[in-house]
Amino acid sequence: MSRTFVGMPAFPAAARAALADTQLRHNLAHATGVIRAKRAAVVAEVENWEELRLAGAAVKDRALRDLGTHLVDLEAALTAGGATVHWARDAAEACAIVATVAKAHGVDEVVKVKSMVTQEIGLNEALAEEGIAAWETDLAELIVQLGDDLPSHILVPAIHRNRAEIREIFLREMGGAGRPAPADLTDDPAVLAGAAREHLREKFLRAKVAVSGANFAIAETGTLVVVESEGNGRMCLTLPEVLVSVVGIEKVVPTWAELDPLLRLLPRSSTGERMNPYTSTWSGVTPGDGPQEVHVVLLDNGRTRALADDVGRQALRCIRCSACLNVCPVYERTGGHAYGSVYPGPIGAILNPLLKGTGDPQTDSLPYASSLCGACFEACPVRIDIPEVLVHLRSKVVDGHRDDTVPKAEAVAMKAAAYAFSDARRLAAVEKVSGLAGRVLGRFGRATLPGGRRAAGRIPGPGASAWTSARDLPAPPAESFRAWWKRTDGGRR
Amino acid sequence: MTSARDEILARVRVALAEVEPDREPVVAPVVTARPDVVGLFAERVADYRAVVERCAEAGLAEAVAAALPAGSRVVVPAGLSVDVEGAVVDGADGRVLSALELDGFDAVVTEARVGIAETGTIVLDHGAGQGRRAISLVPDKHVCIVRSDQVVPDVPDAIVLLDPSRPLTWISGPSATSDIELDRVEGVHGPRVLHVIVVG
Repeated sequence: MSRTFVGMPAFPAAARAALADTQLRHNLAHATGVIRAKRAAVVAEVENWEELRLAGAAVKDRALRDLGTHLVDLEAALTAGGATVHWARDAAEACAIVATVAKAHGVDEVVKVKSMVTQEIGLNEALAEEGIAAWETDLAELIVQLGDDLPSHILVPAIHRNRAEIREIFLREMGGAGRPAPADLTDDPAVLAGAAREHLREKFLRAKVAVSGANFAIAETGTLVVVESEGNGRMCLTLPEVLVSVVGIEKVVPTWAELDPLLRLLPRSSTGERMNPYTSTWSGVTPGDGPQEVHVVLLDNGRTRALADDVGRQALRCIRCSACLNVCPVYERTGGHAYGSVYPGPIGAILNPLLKGTGDPQTDSLPYASSLCGACFEACPVRIDIPEVLVHLRSKVVDGHRDDTVPKAEAVAMKAAAYAFSDARRLAAVEKVSGLAGRVLGRFGRATLPGGRRAAGRIPGPGASAWTSARDLPAPPAESFRAWWKRTDGGRR
Repeated sequence: MTSARDEILARVRVALAEVEPDREPVVAPVVTARPDVVGLFAERVADYRAVVERCAEAGLAEAVAAALPAGSRVVVPAGLSVDVEGAVVDGADGRVLSALELDGFDAVVTEARVGIAETGTIVLDHGAGQGRRAISLVPDKHVCIVRSDQVVPDVPDAIVLLDPSRPLTWISGPSATSDIELDRVEGVHGPRVLHVIVVG
């Protein structure tokens, strides 16, 4: 039984645990550093990258603004191509459809292409309950699955593992899932990839049913697109007799021609390549080539909730490249597990509350898991203004607590500040107190900030202790500006 | 009871009640034309650590033979325009090779539908001379013949040439992964060796 994110603590608690793991921080700093440099090099090579981003954003916006029409078109084109189209309101419905198809063919295993959406709906766990083993075939997913671990990155779910750890997992676990790893396995990435090839080949060759997601679904032509690197996708999409693809309704692209900017944006943003090794497209069933029974499950699972949010809607443009994770200073330090979802990082911090709605403490903590530095927006190939959505969602989280009988410390502090700032005499009185605090801290403050200013260490008390546990509180100036002006007549005395 | 389909479409309608649809397809920008498109294609394919060579039409059969190590078991699609000595033709006498049988071959030789210079990509549409998808996937070495007049500058040029009703496979170098420390290594499940012969 594999682990799930259910019951994860809110971001601050999870992040504290992650930050204490020095191996994790080392692995992440190394991997994100590598990918940032690669992405920067291939993006710089494109003369009109900014125009291309605008075009990519426009295509996805156009798809979303008339989503109903495009979905009906997609369904018609898929059906005309020989595919069976299913609709699923939520995770349970989608999992049940996949299980029904698998059981109709009497199989006890399926092979899987790496897919975010099937993780989102917990498909592997649902199939396991039906006695069907779902084999992950992407290398990183295999590492996560064999290690009974959780994914921590959209593109590279095992980014938190280094080569030595992966070797250990392969040696220990491969035998239990099929062909064991060779005893002389080294930690050379090429050798590890070779072991995965041997381990999975027998599964590909015998598989009857495959499950995939899709990166794009072309409404006009009923074409599904899977973008990948290893060839595990091609194996799953080609060799089995039956293919079930679970596709979020936001994956729609209106026309075949509009796939162009997205195919140019995704690989450069994602793996930092001009093009990923393999992209497969198919439109229903091709007689004599590939699966002869093709199912497509169109999934909502909160997407229409996000669609209804005027500010948040743009998050549905996401093409799951993970560029925002790789540039995020918070993600780089905490890693993906702290976000408590298959969608970590900046995009996860907005996508989870948009899909699930606010109100749950874990979900509500996510919009705060950001310094609002804006690096994610700059890296995003479809120009999702993540900081804008984060601030919007913070306001929703705060609004959700307006009627609390016991107000939060932050709300009390804000009320007190509003009271003090709205009257000159009250402000002067506060400034006098803060000046006194400044003189005390100036003498006894435990830390010194760059530039020589003293700062307080951890201050006890509700609210204050949470704030100062991760931040230095600079000593307030001993004299306010207004007091200084009065004393010196604006610097003339 | 409302069907999932009707309910999802109704939710979409409610969510977008105040949103105007945009009926004009988006036209993406194109890059400035490059002088030597075929040369760029060869260079970019080689960047993925694929083997790339150029030859004249007259030297093609020889180049293909040289790309296949002596004694290798080779499968080819029906309709391949070049003869490969000793190769098994997929679908000959109406017999289609199983995945397991394909796993017994060392190499496959196919043609292609289009080459994309900017990204070093080959696209197969699995027509005559290319064969069904499985044959260019399971063998470990893929020898792919691309004619220089099939090479286009960039992705949008390829998109207009390709027919999405056919299955398409876009290939950019040999199978690879960056899943271990984001360090790219070639060779996972797809062909570990990609040998591209650019003709003309």
